[in-house]
Amino acid sequence: MNLPLTIKETQAGLKEKKFKAAEIVREYLERIKKHDKGINAFLTISEEQAFEAAAKVDRLLENSGEDAFNQYPLLGVTVAYKDLFLTKGIRTTAGSKVLESFVPAYSATVVERLQKAGCILVGKTNCDAWAHGASGENSDFGPTKNPWQPEFVPGGSSSGSAAAIAANFSLIACGTDTGGSVRQPANFCGVVGLKPTYGVVSRYGIIAMASSLDSVGHFARTVEDARRIFEITKGEDGYDGTLVNPKAKMQNSKLKIGIPKEYFIEGLDKEVEESILNAMEVFRKEGIEIVEVSLPHTKYAISVYYIVQPAEVSSNLGRYDGVRYGNDRNSFGAEAKRRIMLGTYVLSAGYYDAYYLKAMKVRSKIIQDFEQAFEEVDAILAPVSPTPPFKLGEKADNPLQMYLADILTVAGNLAGIPGLAIPSGFTKNGLPLGFQLLGPRFSEETLFSLGELYQKATDYQPKVAI
Amino acid sequence: MSKLTKKDVEHVASLAKLSISDKELEKYLKQLDEIVNYIGELNEVDTESTEPTSQTTGLENIFRPDELKPQQSLSDEETHNGYFKVEAVLTERTDK
Repeated sequence: MNLPLTIKETQAGLKEKKFKAAEIVREYLERIKKHDKGINAFLTISEEQAFEAAAKVDRLLENSGEDAFNQYPLLGVTVAYKDLFLTKGIRTTAGSKVLESFVPAYSATVVERLQKAGCILVGKTNCDAWAHGASGENSDFGPTKNPWQPEFVPGGSSSGSAAAIAANFSLIACGTDTGGSVRQPANFCGVVGLKPTYGVVSRYGIIAMASSLDSVGHFARTVEDARRIFEITKGEDGYDGTLVNPKAKMQNSKLKIGIPKEYFIEGLDKEVEESILNAMEVFRKEGIEIVEVSLPHTKYAISVYYIVQPAEVSSNLGRYDGVRYGNDRNSFGAEAKRRIMLGTYVLSAGYYDAYYLKAMKVRSKIIQDFEQAFEEVDAILAPVSPTPPFKLGEKADNPLQMYLADILTVAGNLAGIPGLAIPSGFTKNGLPLGFQLLGPRFSEETLFSLGELYQKATDYQPKVAI
Repeated sequence: MSKLTKKDVEHVASLAKLSISDKELEKYLKQLDEIVNYIGELNEVDTESTEPTSQTTGLENIFRPDELKPQQSLSDEETHNGYFKVEAVLTERTDK
């Protein structure tokens, strides 16, 4: 069967009885069995649970007909979770051998909510261990490959989730973004990825990486689908104390987009740059005013990020002592050890002021840059990554080079603002290209509107790699 | 910026309860030194009159009742009489 590529198509097919939920699930699972050996997007496939959930969907449709969609807005939507999301009764590893056999006793808020909205869980996806990485190569269970061209990386750290959408193993997928880990793999795999405002989607039940930066996002093929998922995942849950219910903000009737000159850095790939300028033209033709803005502290974002983030990582990974759950600290992979040591160093006596306190201060400067820019514009249009996907192994031996791959995404996390990655085409060599829209805190609606405008103006048709 | 020494790396590894081999020590020394030198660039930013940011929500003291529920336990791994099962830490005496 030809699988539907959007939520609308899926639900229309179910409504018109073109297919049953059980048939879609069977098809996805068959595709995973057939193609995932070469991609390694999944760590665990929850076949039994998926068929049970599908049977429930089919029963609901039989009993209540179209009314079922009012009660369950995402009825029949298959979802894959990055293996950082706790799923009750289903192994959750964080991509690390430390948690090789860990079976959670409860599910994350996001998992609960999507299930209640009618989603069908198909499996848990591969990622850089503890979400540390920009290529997927730091997974203790082997790297994920880019479905478009398997000798290239899919991006990271939510590698398997992005790859699962590109390879059509699931309709939607969830991931986390601490320094770009949703936007960058979305960009490398040619799918839509949302990093919401910090404090809008609950982190309860999601294995913590860096607590002042972690945000919980998702992948889909269209902006419209990303918006529908966000409708379900956002808002207070009584468990995550950083959450606020976003107030709907009035959108300016005439939107203005800023182009930050500091994001057009030396070494920015020609094709990436061209694709950003093309996207800019699309928006201009749609009547959006484009102006240049300046974010002068952008060049320091990576240094601030690689102080604050490892500091918080060293603290969050302190709990894995092999006593309460999981294996002992010898099971940590090289990248986790590196970050724990770096974080311990910047927090240790004699270095705290020079590194950690200094980084927290420069973080304030980065936030001020954005605040100033957003006084003038509604959103910022920028590249996600300086280059298209790179080859497996290309940066694996040089951690600093790998860290620099995050250069265009980390500032958004430091400022706690939302970002939406949108695909915009392919390079001459057939690798995905795209851009990101950044907005002030709680401006998801504006980003979705702009994203939908772009996809409509370009008559965007989702494509799958396999 | 000062150069990291082997002693520094050994010290942070011990603070973080990580045991690393001599070979790893060499590798991490080189890599961490490179990273620490890079992040040292922040010294050139004037932050004399800047307040530090530790989080971006502006929220303070969000409370909830502290309730104990079995589903809030850490893991569903095998238990015995309500305790998690782990490998034995002590072995039987062999000199008896």
